[in-house]
Amino acid sequence: MRYIALGCALAAALVVQSPVAAEQSAPPAADPKTSVAADSTIAPIDRFDSGKLLATGGVSTVEGSGGGGIATWALITSYGSRDAIGANAHATYITLPDFELRSYGAAIGVFDRVELSFARQEFDTGNTGARLGLGKGFTFKQDVVGAKVRVLGDAIYEQDRWLPQISIGAQWKRNNQEAIVKAVGAKDNSGVDYYIAASKLFLDSSFLLNTTIRFTEANQMGLLGFGGNKNDGYHATFEGSLAALLSRNLAVGVELRTQNDHLQFAKQERWMDVFVAYFPTKNVSFTAAFVDLGTIALQQRQRGGYFSLQVGF
Amino acid sequence: MRRLVLLAALALAVPAQAATLYDDLGGEPVMRRVVEEATKNFLADKRIAVTFGETAIPRFKQLLFEQLCNVSGGPCTYTGRDMAKSHTALKITDAHFSALVEDLQDAMDKEKIAFTTQNRLLAILAPMRRDIVTR
Ligand code: HEM
Repeated sequence: MRYIALGCALAAALVVQSPVAAEQSAPPAADPKTSVAADSTIAPIDRFDSGKLLATGGVSTVEGSGGGGIATWALITSYGSRDAIGANAHATYITLPDFELRSYGAAIGVFDRVELSFARQEFDTGNTGARLGLGKGFTFKQDVVGAKVRVLGDAIYEQDRWLPQISIGAQWKRNNQEAIVKAVGAKDNSGVDYYIAASKLFLDSSFLLNTTIRFTEANQMGLLGFGGNKNDGYHATFEGSLAALLSRNLAVGVELRTQNDHLQFAKQERWMDVFVAYFPTKNVSFTAAFVDLGTIALQQRQRGGYFSLQVGF
Repeated sequence: MRRLVLLAALALAVPAQAATLYDDLGGEPVMRRVVEEATKNFLADKRIAVTFGETAIPRFKQLLFEQLCNVSGGPCTYTGRDMAKSHTALKITDAHFSALVEDLQDAMDKEKIAFTTQNRLLAILAPMRRDIVTR
């Protein structure tokens, strides 16, 4: 009974505070000099507001973080504003001459401050698996759990400053093929990447620039394990994206990502892509790209198509 | 020597005559219509309409026009209050600001202002968010 009474009191308090109730009270006379607004002129806060501008939520990387396709950005994923929560899910398919890479996952953005993400990656060796002695259709699976925090600046609004938006983040990765990645020379099948990312929208010339420095032990993002028999330990790798905004719902751009060179058996090369991202609404986006992932596991010229769908708010 | 002076004078005069953003936006007739249309959008936008509940709309339209004209290099003086004074009591959020920008973009789209030209104006307006968004 006590609880019910408490509940009623709470409900009553909420109703009194709600803008609907406030609107019914007589508005005090407006003072044009000092703008003493009545409660009735205060718009409510929506905790699921999709309150960022279209496309400024970015898309989902193959590692699940907010960014471009292969480069993580400093922007916090989703369309939630500083007062709201947003979330999205993605499915990405990359088709290469000798492999296939699939990624699917989900992420949330909290108050445009914190991003939490999860992605499951499947690196499918298809027919190449048989040639490499792994067996046809052999697939490496890797889970990536990510966290990102915006520490400084605002990429979109601070158009009068040079300071970009800066975020730091970490990604915990675990590859399910421990025996194989160790057999090819990696030290471990799991690892943690740390990164610092900077993003800036140059609105007066309609383009967006992102650069990220990642400290990582990973070989091919972790798909071939962590550390190695040629080089070992953490190294700094670079990720960058440059996107031109063609309209409110269309962006085109290029990306580059360098890789560690840790393994004796196979050199790892930089990744790059040329993309087009289409944002018909804040609830869905499509990204298509031409990707060049260089040589992977001795298979040269891994160039192909990248297709990604993101849904969210 | 005379010719040199003439050349120098020309060189100085040319940048002064370069088209302003205001010209690129379409000048007074277009920007009056943008303000008209944008205001219609604000008042119909359920995310922010209530903030205009006590506003004298004709005065607001005149001031918004003056300000957009002024910041884009047009021949106008802004006669209103500063952004902090006129918005603080409205307790505007981040999302309300985006809502207003979207409504303004819709109005500029309707006037067929090029996307990149729109962005040059928005780049000038964006930093005002520091004074306008107070919640
Ligand atoms: C860059 C964005 C903005 C610009 C350039 C702008 C411009 C202006 C101008 C020039 C005025 C007249 C000032 C005066 O009354 O002396 C004004 C007033 C007003 N603005 Fe904004 N504004 C912006 C953002 C917003 C936002 C986001 C909202 C609400 C969601 C808003 C709501 C209002 C209201 C309700 C008034 C009238 C206040 C009153 O009647 O006392 N404005 N704005």
